[in-house]
Amino acid sequence: MAVCVAVIAKENYPLYIRSIPTENELKFHYTVHTSLDVVDEKISAMGKALVDQRELYLGLLYPTEDYKVYGYVTNSKVKFVMVVDSSNTALRDNEIRSMFRKLHNSYTDVMCNPFYNPGDCIHSRAFDNMVTSMMMQVC
Amino acid sequence: MEGLTLSEAEQRYYCDLFSYCDTESTKKVAPNGRVLELFRAAQLPSEVVLQIMELCGATRLGYFGRSQFYIALKLVAVAQSGLPLRVESLNTVKDLPLPRFVGPKNEQELRHTALYSSDADNSTPYSGVIPPPPGRVQVKKGSVSHDAVQQRTSTDQQESTSPVVSPQQSPPTSPHTWRKHNRHPSGGNNDRPLAGPGPFWAPFSEAQPGSSATGDPIWSGHSPPPHQENWVSFADTPPTSTLLAMHPASVQDQTTVRTVASATTANEIRRQSSSYDDPWKITDEQRQYYVNQFKTIQPDLNGFIPGSAAKEFFTKSKLPILELSHIWELSDFDKDGALTLDEFCAAFHLVVARKNGYDLPEKLPESLMPKLIDLEDTTEVGDQSGEIGYSSSPAEAPPSKSPSMPSLNQTWPELNQSSEQWETFSERSSSSQTLTQFDSNIAPADPDTAIVHPVPIRMTPSKIHMQEMELKRTGNDLANPTSPLLVKPPDLSEENNVSSSKFVAGNTVADGYSSSDSYTSDPEQIGSTVTRQRSHSGTSPENTAPPPPPPRPHPSHSRSSSLDMNRSFTVTPGQQQAGVVAYPPAVPPRPPPSQGVGPHVHRPVDAESLIAHTSTSPQQIPEQPNFADFSQFEAFAASSVNEEEENEIETHSEVLQVEKPSDSAGSLRVSKTDGRVEDKAAASVPVNAGKGTTPLAPPPKPIRRRLKSEDELRPEVEEHTQKTGVIAAVLASQPSIPRSVGKDKKAIQASIRRNKETNTVLARLNSELQQQLKDVLEERISLEVQLEQLRPFSHL
Repeated sequence: MAVCVAVIAKENYPLYIRSIPTENELKFHYTVHTSLDVVDEKISAMGKALVDQRELYLGLLYPTEDYKVYGYVTNSKVKFVMVVDSSNTALRDNEIRSMFRKLHNSYTDVMCNPFYNPGDCIHSRAFDNMVTSMMMQVC
Repeated sequence: MEGLTLSEAEQRYYCDLFSYCDTESTKKVAPNGRVLELFRAAQLPSEVVLQIMELCGATRLGYFGRSQFYIALKLVAVAQSGLPLRVESLNTVKDLPLPRFVGPKNEQELRHTALYSSDADNSTPYSGVIPPPPGRVQVKKGSVSHDAVQQRTSTDQQESTSPVVSPQQSPPTSPHTWRKHNRHPSGGNNDRPLAGPGPFWAPFSEAQPGSSATGDPIWSGHSPPPHQENWVSFADTPPTSTLLAMHPASVQDQTTVRTVASATTANEIRRQSSSYDDPWKITDEQRQYYVNQFKTIQPDLNGFIPGSAAKEFFTKSKLPILELSHIWELSDFDKDGALTLDEFCAAFHLVVARKNGYDLPEKLPESLMPKLIDLEDTTEVGDQSGEIGYSSSPAEAPPSKSPSMPSLNQTWPELNQSSEQWETFSERSSSSQTLTQFDSNIAPADPDTAIVHPVPIRMTPSKIHMQEMELKRTGNDLANPTSPLLVKPPDLSEENNVSSSKFVAGNTVADGYSSSDSYTSDPEQIGSTVTRQRSHSGTSPENTAPPPPPPRPHPSHSRSSSLDMNRSFTVTPGQQQAGVVAYPPAVPPRPPPSQGVGPHVHRPVDAESLIAHTSTSPQQIPEQPNFADFSQFEAFAASSVNEEEENEIETHSEVLQVEKPSDSAGSLRVSKTDGRVEDKAAASVPVNAGKGTTPLAPPPKPIRRRLKSEDELRPEVEEHTQKTGVIAAVLASQPSIPRSVGKDKKAIQASIRRNKETNTVLARLNSELQQQLKDVLEERISLEVQLEQLRPFSHL
């Protein structure tokens, strides 16, 4: 369903980025990069309030003709960006939310691994599998 | 060659062998591969083998057809019998024993022999080690033997490292050679469980006397049935059985093995191994070792190893961090960042496997999964020792010493009651979420829990809480604080229906307010309100929100108040008979409790009420003759209103005012004897004086109620200006009330009582305030005088 999933660290460098149609990878990388601006904008908009009051799910960041970009921020300013194919109209907001929740849970599991240094790229196979499960349908 | 006659057994045997060798099912067996292996297994000199091949025509054909194969086998048998290889001997030699193939073939042969020649006891499995797999004999045999050969090869290579491995235990092959072997294209797939467990041991130099001991006798026994069983079961059993079979076999050519090894075999091995996860099964000794290691880090076997400690420990194994990370992911079953004993053993096992060349699985093997059940170590150990290498149950798990790993997440909520789970809970980083649940779930007084959770206390008094407080406070005849509350609303409703509803409701509310106003706004105000209600039938039960002022100590005033009210009532009639009549039903629009000594909360409400009062007052001003009286008080109260929020009381006192003529206020004051009296007195005065006065800080709830009931009045509430308005409103309400007098006399009288009480309270309060005002004024005057006196001096 998702064509590209990215995990961006607090300092806005990617911890994990993966896209399904691998030939267009660069395009998705660029899309994710540009969406970071939107994410920051959304964060600062509600940033007046306390962090906890901020909703983690940011919703649709911006749509293009081909796909839509959704964002999600954790309380530690780690951002999840998901690019979804626009043709996939059946995708509802709740589903996107659940996908982000799964992402967040998997990310937490990765974090719990003592062998993972925060800030490293994510190489966890479990995380990969989970992302694959989210992205598989497209191929 | 031609005319080869085979006995029944031979026929079958050869057929089996051919099937085994005919891996591609092409009815042709190439000289390479299994056939070659087979012949080697026959333990014949190579020249003999060549000769056989020649004789059977394979060399001519380049392959073994079925007939050629049979011939060859027969020749092997001939050769093994020591007879010269001759074509003629094929048919001439009778009763030729079946060709024996040493090693895997040997086993097979023996098995076959047993099968065909004698229906030997296939029953007894290899000392019960390997349960016979269900009927997967033929095909698997080939693979099995192949595997066995391969295993044997590897084992042979690793002979130096470990003794014969009993089938019961994972073959302790050397890790290095095994790894080499694994690298071979021969499909030494890393899943080859065979050497896995063994190598694990090697690094730890675990002695395996038992295994070898068991292995040797078994091996030496060469009892067909066991072997048979082994072979039969090998297909389904872990490679350990194959290893067992192979181990005693003669050294095999590694290259042969390599060539022999085919993808299919490898797959079969993999399949076999994965189907039962036996390669991942932890042997007894291994487990003991792991446990000891666990103890060095964490003495408590039921405790956890934190992630950092585990990281250090496993980093020592010199595996790359990436792999360690993966191992951690696999073994930390409940994803809590800590390892229990089970998890630790699984992780350790995986580390050992990895070091020995086994690829890490994608999923945690079942045998490594921590079990939820708290199995007895002894029993499981016993099982393990007896079943190591068995494939009897794929899910045979090592004893799980620590309780519940995977289920912990789910069982946590259920565990809140047990203290030990509390301990584990506290250790778990991810328990924070459930902790909150616990907070909510845990009863305030849970004696079982070792950890005492602070029970969240409601800061905002709930209705129930308020009522409870009221209960405590009232302590008077108030049998059930709620009942008065409940009683009141009906009265209110009735009154509302009857007369200018708002006023009535206001009355009740006012009562509540008055009761509460006398004290600071507290949550208890409601309680006091309730008490008030008892006496005044006033406060609405909805006074839950704002903390009511301290409960009035005179809840029992209900009677007295009523009496007072009656008295006052009797007095007042003197002044205004008509008014009196009118008064009772005329509940002041929003009787501000006005007793609360300045609960600031009420202030705005009071203001509103006052406003409301004022709104009504203008309408009613011209109606009542008592206005004049009221106006006096009004002026008086106005001054005090400025100073006190308790003017709210006066707004409440609207009602009172309505009920009591100006004189009555004083009388009420007099009549009041309790603390409430004070307020009432104060209230009564100010009530009269400043009817529009904002309700003294009554509990917001009553105020609200008051407001609710007096919607119209509310908008204009204003303390200072309202008094007159209140008065007017009160007065205005009076005439309207009489309409329904007949209907709700009781209710009216009750409201009258309430109002009177409120009045007295308010009046008293007012008087006090006036006093204060006077004092302050005096002080001011004196100060001014002093200033004047000083000034001339300053000029000097």
